[in-house]
Amino acid sequence: MSDMSSTTPLTQLDRVVIRFAGDSGDGMQLTGDRFTSDTAALGNDLSTLPNFPAEIRAPQGTLPGVSSFQLHFADHDIATPGDAPDVLVAMNPAALKANLRDLPRGAMVIADKDEFTRRNLAKVGYDASPLEDGSLLDAGYHVHALPLTSMTVEALADLDLTRKDKQRAKNMLALGLLSWLYSRDTAGTEAFLNAKFAAAPEILRANLIALRAGHAYGETTEDFAVRYEVAPAPTPPGTYRTVTGNQAMALGLVTAARRSGLPLILGSYPITPASDVLHQLAALKDHGVTTLQAEDEIAAVGMALGASFGGALGVTTTSGPGLALKSETIGLAVSTELPLLVIDIQRGGPSTGLPTKTEQADLLQAMYGRNGESPVAVVASSTPSDCFTTVLEAVRIATTYRTPVILLSDGYLGNGSEPWAVPAVADLPDLTVEHADGPNATDEQGEPVFHPFLRDEETLARPWAVPGTPGLEHRIGGIEKADVTGNISYDPANHDRMVRLRQAKIDRIADSIPPLHVDDPTGRAKVLVLGWGSTYGPISAAVRLVRSTGAHVAQAHLRHLNPFPADLGEVLHRYDRVVLPEMNLGQLALLLRGRYLADVRSHTAVRGLPFTAAELAQVIHGHLLEVDAPTEVTA
Amino acid sequence: MSTPLGMPSPARSGTAGVPTLPEGSTLTKKDFTSDQEVRWCPGCGDYAILAAVQGLLPELGLRRENIVFVSGIGCSSRFPYYLDTYGMHSIHGRAPAIATGLATAREDLSVWVITGDGDALSIGGNHLIHAMRRNVNLTILLFNNKIYGLTKGQYSPTSEVGAVTKSTPAGSVDAPFNPVSLAIGAEASFVARTIDSDRTHLTEVLRAAAAHRGTALVEIYQNCPIFNDGAFQLLKDRDEAKARIAHLRAGEPVRVGEDHVVVRDEHGRMVVLPEADADASRVVVHDPTEADPSTAFALSRLDDPTMQHVPMGIFRQVHRPTYDDLVREQVREAVEAGGTADRDPDEVLADLLRGRDSWTVDGTRAGSAEQSLEARTTEGPTAAAGDALQREGERALVE
Repeated sequence: MSDMSSTTPLTQLDRVVIRFAGDSGDGMQLTGDRFTSDTAALGNDLSTLPNFPAEIRAPQGTLPGVSSFQLHFADHDIATPGDAPDVLVAMNPAALKANLRDLPRGAMVIADKDEFTRRNLAKVGYDASPLEDGSLLDAGYHVHALPLTSMTVEALADLDLTRKDKQRAKNMLALGLLSWLYSRDTAGTEAFLNAKFAAAPEILRANLIALRAGHAYGETTEDFAVRYEVAPAPTPPGTYRTVTGNQAMALGLVTAARRSGLPLILGSYPITPASDVLHQLAALKDHGVTTLQAEDEIAAVGMALGASFGGALGVTTTSGPGLALKSETIGLAVSTELPLLVIDIQRGGPSTGLPTKTEQADLLQAMYGRNGESPVAVVASSTPSDCFTTVLEAVRIATTYRTPVILLSDGYLGNGSEPWAVPAVADLPDLTVEHADGPNATDEQGEPVFHPFLRDEETLARPWAVPGTPGLEHRIGGIEKADVTGNISYDPANHDRMVRLRQAKIDRIADSIPPLHVDDPTGRAKVLVLGWGSTYGPISAAVRLVRSTGAHVAQAHLRHLNPFPADLGEVLHRYDRVVLPEMNLGQLALLLRGRYLADVRSHTAVRGLPFTAAELAQVIHGHLLEVDAPTEVTA
Repeated sequence: MSTPLGMPSPARSGTAGVPTLPEGSTLTKKDFTSDQEVRWCPGCGDYAILAAVQGLLPELGLRRENIVFVSGIGCSSRFPYYLDTYGMHSIHGRAPAIATGLATAREDLSVWVITGDGDALSIGGNHLIHAMRRNVNLTILLFNNKIYGLTKGQYSPTSEVGAVTKSTPAGSVDAPFNPVSLAIGAEASFVARTIDSDRTHLTEVLRAAAAHRGTALVEIYQNCPIFNDGAFQLLKDRDEAKARIAHLRAGEPVRVGEDHVVVRDEHGRMVVLPEADADASRVVVHDPTEADPSTAFALSRLDDPTMQHVPMGIFRQVHRPTYDDLVREQVREAVEAGGTADRDPDEVLADLLRGRDSWTVDGTRAGSAEQSLEARTTEGPTAAAGDALQREGERALVE
């Protein structure tokens, strides 16, 4: 479809935020995904935020059933899915009502007026249609009330499909229209549809016709005074693709297996929002990946640990409630000192909480959620594509130090997507692992013997001796072991020593991680904004906003949460104030205050959604004002 | 929706794929005895089971380093420490799950699970039934002493109703599991029962279990001399045992004592009758390989807490594909079909990372991302909020 045929004037924009919203059966996630792919292919930078209910099909047309997909794309580097939509596509009254409060004045509303029936309006408590009663206009919105459903049915009049099937293609009509409006090429989506519906030619035709009809409607209607163009973002040369965090995690695991030379064995139990990692990996058997869907969360981590004992890369994926169930087995891995990777795609808690919404409130569970002194390494991903980098690092730590590593991602990262500069395989870290292959000591008679708990002096890691290796037969378990020999020991002094050794081993990891990168371009900042995990995007965007006003603020983001980078204490004390936004009630702040006696200032919210950049910018400004207040100057 | 799985030949041995000793070389019981002092109570049935296992292992002809014992928690779960093989003394109830991961990861290992009635049937019941349902290639030895020993004498899921223990001073009101019935119900492909005091029978059953490919569940009646002494005394007294035990032997009529036989009555029920009163055509001839589990299950129900009739031996021994074999086979086939085996693995990985929807940025489009960052800082708020921030920012700058 050529852009040349249209006569509507083109306006250049530097960035746009579009939110597609509809009933959970309306295909809004697919529509958003396709718009994202076509946008990525055009070379815009982008960031997405899917937001959907836990119910597969909540009652049709109701507020709980609304599913949305927000996409932010720009001609420059962006860090978040956008605070507020410039355009809301509302497929029914519920979608309009649920999203209206996020819509700033001046935003555009494109609504399917066919769905604004008296019955549907009543379902969400509208007395009159907001499309007709002037309320949207009064609120400063540009409203395009279009008969999307009937246009779709009309376009598909000649097809041998039920009316219901025809209506289902309305999301493609909306996509076609938006593609026209923002000058996207739909060739990628057409190719996608061709592949997806290859076995159902009539459905394929319906989707293609609807997509083209939406585009054609844009070209012929006078409803839209202008259409827009967002130029490609300047990007370093390279190969790019879009990834969600869960995709990047799966790709990272396959890569880690290849780079370590270990077979990848995933034990997993389905749980939102982590199941996608299981799905992704289950489809990669041709890359030698083994996935085991266990009978429960405990068995899933047990299978992973059994695989690790057998010398494989044992991994389990889960979310908060599953992590709780796995805690005893993680403790066994701490005690047996075997590598184990536990990936927690966090969601709102406690208990079942908010399965489809995001939160980062499992940090203390990851750190301390086990009996006894049971230290594990903890790392966190900061963006969807960073899940790839972080999982490689987690595998490095697990296999080098023979320890469980808990990797924290969350629903926002897992489901959100962004462009990713695909790395060259040769540039990736070498994760080669060597299993023990012979005795490591001699006994009193001078005979060679194997001591399963004789440690490497540098890392304090014990040998990873795998069944099948002659001469290294040994027994391990959860009972306290004698230092060096690994035999059962109830000796008080030995226990004290082993507890401290296990802690010291985790502390040693800090020797292998780089100093904390602090972004302080002018070197004049008095306030440091610190973060961890998925707050990276919103914090970065907020810091840019603040700096655009001429203010000085420093930013740092932690990937390693246990142990912390060795210079973290020094960094914290270098600034007059440290501000720490977290999607919990201040869990990292608690750790930092306890560890470094640093007066870290928390900013917390647990709404199931990421912070907005504006909100964080306000918070940072508030701290800047306080730090520079005259009382402090005169003090 | 299901896909034919092209199952591997069902006749493989349980130890197929496990490296054997070089020709002419053998191991002895001593080779399987670790240097750790055995710490069970004097008179514990576990000693006899350990001796039987240490006696059987050399017979298998496997390399010692390719044998792994995984246990849970309880007295019996100390077992791995006393065997000079690889071993893991894991956590309560989870041994079957850990062993499943190990057995699937390593086709070249002979994996054994040591568990007890509390470990396997109470806290670990879920893992046990799912291991059997999947038919993972494991040999599971379930030491049943009908009591919690390590925690000093509470009733277990196999204790009889009315059992007076430390936690049931007024008698237990819990109905017990019959482990053999449970295993058959959970689709186990090999189910047997034996007893600690009959070394010959124990060894015979263990030998068959080790040779079976798939999950072999062996219930071993085991005496706890401290907290439940004499629980199986009726089966140990020579005369009582003779009258009560129904030895299950493939191809032979199922007999109880010298003159009773097991008969399937007109309703399909199993009953024990004097041989003289029995219709010879209705006498049950044991066939553990029968695909339908109904007869094996019915035989398991002859047993009751009074131990009037106790079937011993192999109840069920059928071949079906094992989970770990199928999992490995799927991966192998996918690798072959994907044509990745002959290619440079780094190139295969590079293709995977690139995916099908990648795009390339060349020098012409590659502006400086750094510069653009400085130029564009409008992300986040609406224009109005941006103005407010701008004002606040200016105030912040005024020192």
